[in-house]
Amino acid sequence: MSEQGIGARVKRKEDKRFTTGKGKYTDDVRHENQAYAAFVRSPYAHANVNGIDASEAEAMDGVIAVLNGAQLTGDEIGNIICGWAVNSKDGSPMNMGAWSALATSKVRYLGDAVAVVIAETQALARQAAEAVLVDYEVLPAVVSAVKALKSDAPQLHDNAPGNLIFDWEIGEEAATDAALAGAAHITEMKIVNNRLAPNPMEPRSAVATYDEAEEHYTLYTTSQNPHVARLILSAFYNVAPEHKLRVIAPDVGGGFGAKIYVYPEEIVCLWASMKTNRSVKWTSDRSEAFVTDAHGRDHVSTARMGFDENNKIVGFKVDTVANLGAYMSLFSSAVPTYLYATLLSGQYNIANIHCNVRTVYTNTVPVDAYRGAGRPEACYLVERMMETAARELGVDPSELRRGNFIGEFPHQTPVIMAYDAGDFAGNLDQSKEAADVAGFAARKAASVANGKLRGLGYSCYIEACGIAPSAAVGSLGAGVGLWESAEVRVNPVGTIEVLTGSHSHGQGHETTFAQVVADRFDLPIENIQIVHGDTDKVQFGMGTYGSRSAAVGLSAIVKAMDKVEAKVKKIAAHILEASEEDIVIEGGQVKVAGTDKAMGWHEVGLTAYMAHNLPEGMEPGLKEGAFYDPVNFTFPAGTYICEVEVDPETGVTTIERFTAVDDFGTIINPMIVEGQVHGGLAQGIGQAMLEGVVYDDDGQLLTGSYMDYTMPRADDLPFYKVLHNSTVCPNNPLGIKGCGEAGAIGAPPAVINAITDAIGNNDLAMPATPQNVWAAIQASGKSIAVQ
Amino acid sequence: MYSTTYHKPASIEDAIAALNGGEDTKILAGGQTLIATMKQHLAAPSDLVDIRAIGGMSGISAAGGALTIGAATTHAEVASSAEVKSLCSALCDLAGGIGDPAVRHQGTIGGSLANNDPAADYPAAILALGATIKTNTREIAALDFFDGLFTTALEENEIIVSISIPVPQKAAYAKFPQPASRFALVGVFVAQTDDGVRVAVTGAGEDGVYRHQGLEEALGSNWSASAAAGVPISPDGLMSDLHGTAAYRANLIGVMAKRAVAAT
Repeated sequence: MSEQGIGARVKRKEDKRFTTGKGKYTDDVRHENQAYAAFVRSPYAHANVNGIDASEAEAMDGVIAVLNGAQLTGDEIGNIICGWAVNSKDGSPMNMGAWSALATSKVRYLGDAVAVVIAETQALARQAAEAVLVDYEVLPAVVSAVKALKSDAPQLHDNAPGNLIFDWEIGEEAATDAALAGAAHITEMKIVNNRLAPNPMEPRSAVATYDEAEEHYTLYTTSQNPHVARLILSAFYNVAPEHKLRVIAPDVGGGFGAKIYVYPEEIVCLWASMKTNRSVKWTSDRSEAFVTDAHGRDHVSTARMGFDENNKIVGFKVDTVANLGAYMSLFSSAVPTYLYATLLSGQYNIANIHCNVRTVYTNTVPVDAYRGAGRPEACYLVERMMETAARELGVDPSELRRGNFIGEFPHQTPVIMAYDAGDFAGNLDQSKEAADVAGFAARKAASVANGKLRGLGYSCYIEACGIAPSAAVGSLGAGVGLWESAEVRVNPVGTIEVLTGSHSHGQGHETTFAQVVADRFDLPIENIQIVHGDTDKVQFGMGTYGSRSAAVGLSAIVKAMDKVEAKVKKIAAHILEASEEDIVIEGGQVKVAGTDKAMGWHEVGLTAYMAHNLPEGMEPGLKEGAFYDPVNFTFPAGTYICEVEVDPETGVTTIERFTAVDDFGTIINPMIVEGQVHGGLAQGIGQAMLEGVVYDDDGQLLTGSYMDYTMPRADDLPFYKVLHNSTVCPNNPLGIKGCGEAGAIGAPPAVINAITDAIGNNDLAMPATPQNVWAAIQASGKSIAVQ
Repeated sequence: MYSTTYHKPASIEDAIAALNGGEDTKILAGGQTLIATMKQHLAAPSDLVDIRAIGGMSGISAAGGALTIGAATTHAEVASSAEVKSLCSALCDLAGGIGDPAVRHQGTIGGSLANNDPAADYPAAILALGATIKTNTREIAALDFFDGLFTTALEENEIIVSISIPVPQKAAYAKFPQPASRFALVGVFVAQTDDGVRVAVTGAGEDGVYRHQGLEEALGSNWSASAAAGVPISPDGLMSDLHGTAAYRANLIGVMAKRAVAAT
């Protein structure tokens, strides 16, 4: 392994600018004629809008305009759409309610925007927004998806009777019922997956500029996928023609899914820039982020898993109600269906699976993909069921899993996915060894002697990443293909620019992608520049989410490099008068193997661009592009083991050990991968023990700031033991599976399984705050046992 | 934040003049609550009168069996004071556990007491230690000072100058932080004083800080963790919210009292 190639712990090239305050984020963009937007937002969860009086705001000095939804629709700006069509099981299409970027007659969640003020300063815009008087007629609200399905619940959208968006199923119900009927043991649980707010460090921001003379728009925005944003803004929202709109997503400080979507604010800023002929900037603050960034999770499920007399799983049946909030966000329909129920086989050989999912409107912030997106919900369900079943059956939870592991690949599950590679038993063995499971009993005895409880929990997770084969997702309703693009430009001096459709918002692509190129052409990593995030620079690409950048984006780069290499060899063979097959690229040179004939890599570049002496018929230049469409998802998998100590008097839980063994396939930069795992685990532990969005019954947000929403802090988290057990992915050129979401997917059940083991009560909901743990201990009677 | 006029008087007289001179004036004594409230547009005072530069407003001294702490003394100064450490180390522990370092270097004891946040730490100590709050016009006993949520005996534009704290025989503070804000979900300050045992509870009461009679009686006759643990704590009159039901808070009062006594 070289010091800079695949497998090397290369320090991140981008960190110099990030750690010295030189990063350039959207809010850092300031144009000469900069104006600022502030939104007038509903303080109610559900209300009719009977009128808007902006006269006082409009009269304020420095207020440029106050714009509303009637003007927006008058200008034929389109409604916000969900880009993945999921039909109900009876074949009827999903009931997508109209979502205008500025509400016209009705608001449906606290934070729904009804007007926007454009002013000379941000402070003035916000002040003027408070002066806009909106005549609200408050309506009853519903925030729980289960309650929203009841017959007397308030109705959100006329075209969604009963607030039902769709009623969908996967798998064979009759066969699953029959298998469960014949089971020797059935484990049944009601499992809630708590709603989360994504909280990227950088809040969302947009700077839109309209050039009247060119009739051209430029949008700086905090996006994970600037080309997709441009496509949607032009094709669906009618804000600007695609060839007259440049979208730039510069440095972006974390996304976690929340920055995939095009939100009302970007649409309104673009539209307002044309209306006012000013550059319009909007930057969310943290309070605004809590009520506008798409939330994640929020499932309520009941599950039944049947086992035969040999403790083999015979059937698994799940019923899920998924809360999608007030409107259907861009991929909201796919998350609780194709990204969720298709993973319900877990790592196990299960012949019969059936899952029914009802998606529901409520008076809450729209819900969409958040780190893991559906897969954490599936993993949490499967892995809590397995642990609980083991307790009920009186067997070691790791052995119950082992006895049901899939051992041969490829493996077709009954819920679409075909797993291509893995070593589930190897992951389990390695993690048990590293976590010293053998020594747990002694550690538990020491805790008990000290008046504490101690527990250990497993999670054997699997996820589908490398999203996704275009034809496959198209057949399931996706409105886009999920390939990726790349262009590799070798400059005349031999340096290389790689234009990628992937987008880096913390992942370190400028380093890892450069490592792969350096490795391939044996060049110094400093000679390689990764370009992304600007639709004027980069060819159409699909962006970054679903742990896809390495598995899909890098594969496109590899394909483009294949073409570059072929041309380099042709040129060198021509100049060096050798056969193409004998040309090798190494050490900055292009050589004829076994001879002293060679030319510098840069000389090949120069030759290509001088074009004085190229093989007959060859085009000048050295620049190749490629599109890569994956043939399958990739399947990262692993075993996480969490060990906790619980103070029975207060419910305070500390994670004493956390061991992660992950199979990510080929790893480009272990340091960056470990960082991804650490971050994912922090978010997973956050969901399990700390975080949770809570509304009151009127739809007021109780967790609207860090005073009440518990973000994980350093002292909440343990030191992790992070290890790898890589099996190569057979379906992409580098054998990569993806690592971005694993921690957030695998951690929650490991944590909750450990705490429930400690307290002897399986009935514990996330987040397992001290209060919730204490209450569960009271219910279990364990507090008396310790005292 | 809306615009406001900032005053930094050097004397009480100038401060009073500034306070009387504005339309809607507020005393600024560190601003760890007020400034945040203003940023959220929940308060919009016309004038802020920063009292920290007034002579004699900050500093710590000991004489005649009492500690005197100036109203503008920061939490960090109290936490690191050798004098406080030797005479009432529980107060150092309490001050060192407020907020984060930035808060502790700006926030002041006078500001905390005047604000009387039901989840603040200082009110528990001041009540349990039987302190006296000295203002520009009078002296107020701690027992008479706290008057419900965010309410005190202070008159409009009355300025706390210093706090006089009788040195206790024994004292300790045990705090259970609310997981998100890390304010006290329950904080219990126990003290053995010349006037007997006092136990003050913050974070839990519907009316803010209060003394717990049952714990005072039990610890008055037997100063031990087990005596504290044996006291039934009623959830009646306790707050219930997202982070703690009244029942959970009642449990924590017992546990924190026990742990505080064990720490003395």
